[in-house]
Amino acid sequence: MRDLPHTEQQISAMLQAIGVPDLEALFDVIPEAARFRGTLDLPPALSEPELRRELQRLGRRNTVSSTLGRGASGATGGALGNQREADDEGPLPFIGAGLPRHAIPAAVDSLAARGEFATAYTPYQAEVSQGTLAAIFEFQTIVCELFGSDYANASMYDGASAAAEALLMARRLTGRPRALISAGIHPEYLQTCRSYLSGLGDDVALESLPSNAAGATDLDGLQARLARDVACVVIQTPSFFGVLEDLIPLAKAAHDHCALLVALCTEPLALGLLQAPGRAGADIVVGEGLGLAGPPSCGGPGVGLFGASGAKALRQLPGRLVGETVDVHGRTGYVLTLSTREQHIRRAKATSNICTNHGLIALRFTIHLALLGPQGLRRLAQLNLAKAVYAQRAIAALPGFAMRFPAPFFNEFAVRVPGGDAAALVAYASDQHGVVPGVALGAFDERERATLLVGISDLHRRQDIDRLVAALREASR
Amino acid sequence: MSQPLSGLLHHERPIFAYGHPGRSGASLPACDVPAVDLQALWPAALLRDQPPALPEVSEPQVVRHYTRLSQWNMSIDTAMYPLGSCTMKYNPRIADLAAGLPAFADLHPYQPEEQLQGALLLLHELEQMLKALGGFSRVTLQPAAGAHGELCGLMMIRAYHADRGQARRKVLIPDTAHGTNPATCTLNGFTALELPTSAERGVLEPETVRAALDDEVAALMITNPNTLGLFETHIVEIAEMVHRAGGLVYMDGANFNAVMGKFRPGDIGVDAMHFNLHKTFATPHGGGGPGAGPVGVSAALEPFLPIPTVERVGERLRLDYDRPRSIGRLRSFWGNFLVLLRAWVYLREHGAEGLSRVSELAVLNANYLRVQLRALLHVPHPQHCMHEVVASDRDLRPLGLSTVDLAKRLIDYGFHPPTVYFPLVVPGALMVEPTETEAPETLDAFVAALAAIVEEAHSSPDLLRSAPHLAGVGRLDEARAARKPRLRYRPDPDPETP
Amino acid sequence: MPNPSDRRYTKDHEWARRDEGRVTIGVTAFAVEQLGDITLVELPAVGDLVRAGQPFGTIESVKSVSELYAPLSGRVAAINPRLEDEPELVNSAPFGEGWMIALEPSGAEFEQLLDAAAYTALLAAAQTAH
Repeated sequence: MRDLPHTEQQISAMLQAIGVPDLEALFDVIPEAARFRGTLDLPPALSEPELRRELQRLGRRNTVSSTLGRGASGATGGALGNQREADDEGPLPFIGAGLPRHAIPAAVDSLAARGEFATAYTPYQAEVSQGTLAAIFEFQTIVCELFGSDYANASMYDGASAAAEALLMARRLTGRPRALISAGIHPEYLQTCRSYLSGLGDDVALESLPSNAAGATDLDGLQARLARDVACVVIQTPSFFGVLEDLIPLAKAAHDHCALLVALCTEPLALGLLQAPGRAGADIVVGEGLGLAGPPSCGGPGVGLFGASGAKALRQLPGRLVGETVDVHGRTGYVLTLSTREQHIRRAKATSNICTNHGLIALRFTIHLALLGPQGLRRLAQLNLAKAVYAQRAIAALPGFAMRFPAPFFNEFAVRVPGGDAAALVAYASDQHGVVPGVALGAFDERERATLLVGISDLHRRQDIDRLVAALREASR
Repeated sequence: MSQPLSGLLHHERPIFAYGHPGRSGASLPACDVPAVDLQALWPAALLRDQPPALPEVSEPQVVRHYTRLSQWNMSIDTAMYPLGSCTMKYNPRIADLAAGLPAFADLHPYQPEEQLQGALLLLHELEQMLKALGGFSRVTLQPAAGAHGELCGLMMIRAYHADRGQARRKVLIPDTAHGTNPATCTLNGFTALELPTSAERGVLEPETVRAALDDEVAALMITNPNTLGLFETHIVEIAEMVHRAGGLVYMDGANFNAVMGKFRPGDIGVDAMHFNLHKTFATPHGGGGPGAGPVGVSAALEPFLPIPTVERVGERLRLDYDRPRSIGRLRSFWGNFLVLLRAWVYLREHGAEGLSRVSELAVLNANYLRVQLRALLHVPHPQHCMHEVVASDRDLRPLGLSTVDLAKRLIDYGFHPPTVYFPLVVPGALMVEPTETEAPETLDAFVAALAAIVEEAHSSPDLLRSAPHLAGVGRLDEARAARKPRLRYRPDPDPETP
Repeated sequence: MPNPSDRRYTKDHEWARRDEGRVTIGVTAFAVEQLGDITLVELPAVGDLVRAGQPFGTIESVKSVSELYAPLSGRVAAINPRLEDEPELVNSAPFGEGWMIALEPSGAEFEQLLDAAAYTALLAAAQTAH
């Protein structure tokens, strides 16, 4: 094995130094009743050339429409092929649904692939981890700026677990059990929140809020459900259906009942144009940052963004925090701080059991946002919006198609398809036209069988969108 | 853009400090569709009223800044990183290549299932391999990290008892456990009861478990090999005892690197165990994540696995969401796919014999260090160890020195410090895990550095007390960071604001 | 730092001193030495009731968090307002400016607390046992 440096001679010498006859003897401490004496049922070992072939074999069974936006150089580059001309393959799938796709600069791939970042551990030893710590400090700052929050942590697993942690934090801050959740929350996020809260006793309730005709959270419906036992109101914007929510009245209603507003954003690029949730009144803001950090990666690893405001919030934050300080010579440096909230110190009384952050993806997010800057972020967001509006107008004009909700959107929108079976439409367009037109929402909610969720990105050129529209027109005949 | 510290290392300010208004490192296409009027599209209340204060820098500035920052890190690629219980082994480059393949990285999990067959097959194959390694009935790949795996495992255990109409609330945990274990119990509504381990033998004694067992106990949660680097020698008897009392056994698999091909937890009655792919199967730690924490389960827990599971039907792979007794899900989508892919690569490269060899050499390296450490430091369990060995600062304390001084001085000798002050049962603990990918001569160099430091402890203790001296920054004032938290960059330093 | 003889002590390393009907409470120099740099002291509100032997707050250092146990029962009459911004006072003056709360005692537990000599002896015994 190429990663194992020991020669047979060295092994003999080491065994002698230890005073045991052979390697087997090192495992004498395992009682015989626990000892495995068989052969592990694993496929045979492969050399690197064989591994490459095996990866190609599996890779060919996937359909990847386009390599746009990915660097072909460096350690994360695609040296193995699958780099056919994008035009030959049809456009990128028109899918966002919590995992939007954007162009990622090559510099992000090349910098984050550096071994000094990728192969370091959690920065517990600050003096030899200043690179990781400084980058997280920058990440925390960027998340605060995007979200309009006072504080941000060093990141979490993903947006869904961050949302669950936000619910738990709201319970700690208010001492109240219930959460009211908008109907526009990503269904997998809702399932995650339910699982996380399921251990906390029978008094825990997650109640869904009604939507108004525009597909946004109904303010009267919220008012009617707010009570003294409500810890927080959770609103996703843009919602799972792409609908933009006006957080200001929702925050006010929550605050009038001393409940917190938790805002959730799975498409932080929208915040290039959209009011920062913290400035609209959200006490806790969470989100998923993978769309701005890397390719969809078949769902992970992503990066959970977590921001919060208010003096009481600081010591109730889950997860890691990096703070600025000075060294013995008075020079600026960074350390993990306020660790007394965390599991390795407070154990059973910790604010969360989380031990990890998603540092490497947070680094990618940081580098990309640094490259964009405020102007680049705004222009990229405008590009998404303009293309989405172009697509929406063309699709809405197709016979039988109608917008599911009339509300304003960013780069994703839901449409009713003719014939009432969005899944069949997706299958047909994918097979016959090489265009995945969106996500059929019947898989999440039987009542939305006729609804197609269309996600547009800066990576879709006008001709790609035209091809989508043509495919939908033809498929719906 | 920064002041050099030496010819090679530069002090670097936060990226925000290098910006100039109007600068950007973005490369965006021109808009090829009609422009839109934002004011006409969105109500005024939705519009951002002030742009985020992001850095305003060019691409060369970004590249230089992050390259310089990277040089302030110690990493596996630059030095031996003997962190106990963290298994910092070499991260193979072929796995980087695999994770960068567009054929996988560019997939969206909501593409039609027919377009994802390769990815699903890979997950299926990974599950089969992990099942074989652990002796389990099924494996869920969803958890994003070890602690997430613990959460998943305890949720399934809670669901199992609830399914049988029992509301068991206690989880027994040895005092050598990681903090995540009790924290996970709390998150699941369980009460963690700490069990003392035998001081002289460092393992959990059956009598201790027997005395704590009753019909309230939902599970025993045990790390094996434990955090002292010792195999829990009574594990078979203890697992039987817990099962007889109606409880289940959760094993923290953080230290699985020691026992591949030698011990299969599923065979002796472990009902759930998480694998740390970023430890045992060499996926990079990324400066603190992402990792992955798949959980293997016994048949008793199979109905409660999170959704979706990957099922093979002939040549076709499908995702199964229709699992009525499932605990639901712990995160979005299917898991940290690209981390799972890297682990698949590692397992395929090593095969059955290779993995056994990995454990043999990991244990060999640790024992080789153990016999040499005994001559330098107090080693509370000097007889044997598995993949890691715990020493303590007992013999340094009379000199007015402690574990942290020794750890920081190691930096000056070019080694990352070991895990310090853990496990809590050994005062002043120093936990060393060399892993199998370090050559014997590197271990010798590490021991020589420790020997030199122990010598310095007697001759010039201040060298240790003020260490590190060669790290770019000296010891950092952690108390100041916690008393007056500054958690984000501010252009105008004002210690009163967060 | 010697343990002043004008006050009483607990084996949990808190001190209590009578001041004109109130009892002022803090932690001992020994406790502070064990904890290291104090970063946060969480105290009850004025008016709260505390019970002898029960936690009334927490004290945090960089890498530890410990409960503060009330040496006696009573109502909180005052808290040290400076500790919120200057927790380091507990390090620099544990027996003085680093005091934590003042109680209006509701019982006679004060008399049962250790005197300085007994507390100092307790520390000495613990040292030898180590």
